[in-house]
Amino acid sequence: MNYAITTRGLTKKYKDLTAVDNLDLEIIEGELFALLGVNGAGKTTTIKMLSTLTRPSGGDAMVSGESIITSPLLVKERIGVSPQETAVAPSLSVRENLSFMCKVHGIKKDKAEMKIEELSKALDLESVMDRKAGKLSGGWQRRLSIAMALVSEPKILFLDEPTLGLDVIARSELWSLIESLKGKTTILLTTHYMEEAEALSDRIGVMKSGKLLFIGSAEEMKAKTGTERIEDAFIAMIKEAKQ
Amino acid sequence: MKCMVLSSRTAKEILRDPINLFFGLGFPLVLIFLLSTIQKNIPVSLFEVHKLTPGITVFGLSFMSLFASVIVSKDRESSLLSRLYTTPLRSMDFILGYMLPLIPISILQSLICYIAALPFGLKLSLGVVWALGGNILVSLFFISLGVLCGSVMTSKQVGGICGALLTNLSAWLSGIWFDISLVGGALKKAADVLPFIHAVEMEKALFSGNTDGIGVHVLILSLYTLGITILAVFMFLRQMNNK
Repeated sequence: MNYAITTRGLTKKYKDLTAVDNLDLEIIEGELFALLGVNGAGKTTTIKMLSTLTRPSGGDAMVSGESIITSPLLVKERIGVSPQETAVAPSLSVRENLSFMCKVHGIKKDKAEMKIEELSKALDLESVMDRKAGKLSGGWQRRLSIAMALVSEPKILFLDEPTLGLDVIARSELWSLIESLKGKTTILLTTHYMEEAEALSDRIGVMKSGKLLFIGSAEEMKAKTGTERIEDAFIAMIKEAKQ
Repeated sequence: MKCMVLSSRTAKEILRDPINLFFGLGFPLVLIFLLSTIQKNIPVSLFEVHKLTPGITVFGLSFMSLFASVIVSKDRESSLLSRLYTTPLRSMDFILGYMLPLIPISILQSLICYIAALPFGLKLSLGVVWALGGNILVSLFFISLGVLCGSVMTSKQVGGICGALLTNLSAWLSGIWFDISLVGGALKKAADVLPFIHAVEMEKALFSGNTDGIGVHVLILSLYTLGITILAVFMFLRQMNNK
């Protein structure tokens, strides 16, 4: 089995706080893996370490075959990140934002134009291409944010709370979009929404206080806790870990 | 030259904001118009255009701190910087990408101030060219100060510090509108210690061609610029690594 991401003893400490504690994780190439957890569980810190934004205090991770400690520049060439905040240039149009990311990644003009065309179609951005990103609704900004992360054709895509703050319709549209990416790209997403993890992911990891409590499918999660709904399974796991 | 990609985006973000254009360009022009009109109607030499204009260009450049600090702090808050940290851009690309585009904007702003002063009796001379050259040093000071503030403060805080405090300091402690030595005391001592009055005196000397005693002003301003630039680069890199 080929793994897109493997972590061994990955740890992040901030003074007295251990945000991520000795994380051992394997994510298979092409799968969509959802990290679930309450606030402060360590989900975002894990993504920050895997995307080279934060240096681990201990352990290491291989991302697309490269170490985040010794080869962060090579890792950067293979990943795309859509942060928790929308992370777009507000005064640039949607087209200019995509063009900006193409230039950042050194994509030549001809290829960049094709890439922008392709992404605008794939993410259904065509109707807003010439509108300023800062004037778009939250849902459109998220779409743009994901498109910007896909510009470099990453092998691994990190989506940190991609539907946070979106209304039901925008969330459902974004789910369809994320589903369409499955298989082509390995996706690691963090979310607070249980139904999102269940609907989208191949496997789920549950984190609490920096530790990984569970890895498996949504069905396995429910079976393990003897519950029928994933939300109840999650609550049961978190409560059990408290005791 | 990846820094030029970020430079181009920085310039677009700044120039497309009408509030920036109003404060950065409109405000200095209003001052030239207003004070020159007052001068026409009073019997004493208070706001002579050939002394006033070099000072106004320095005051106008204080807005570069606001522009730089707002864009850096907003990019931090919106996570656009986090996204860009996961791309192949290097640390110097970021620093140059924020600083370089503001230099031609500064020179253009100063040039427009000199042109606007022509109808009020300003005589064109080679001094304008020398003064514009001097403005590069002044703008570097203000831009670095902006990058420094943007690296450590929120966008709300930089509005207060760079938008209100700094512009007031550069207005009242620079000797643009009145001779500070006539006030004397603590105000004169504070003005002598800070770089603003030295920037204005340097510009007046370069514009008039009477460069006797300019050395001390150039030296003090250069030391401030060097110190603030080093500190800005250090603090920017620190927040980048802390990410």
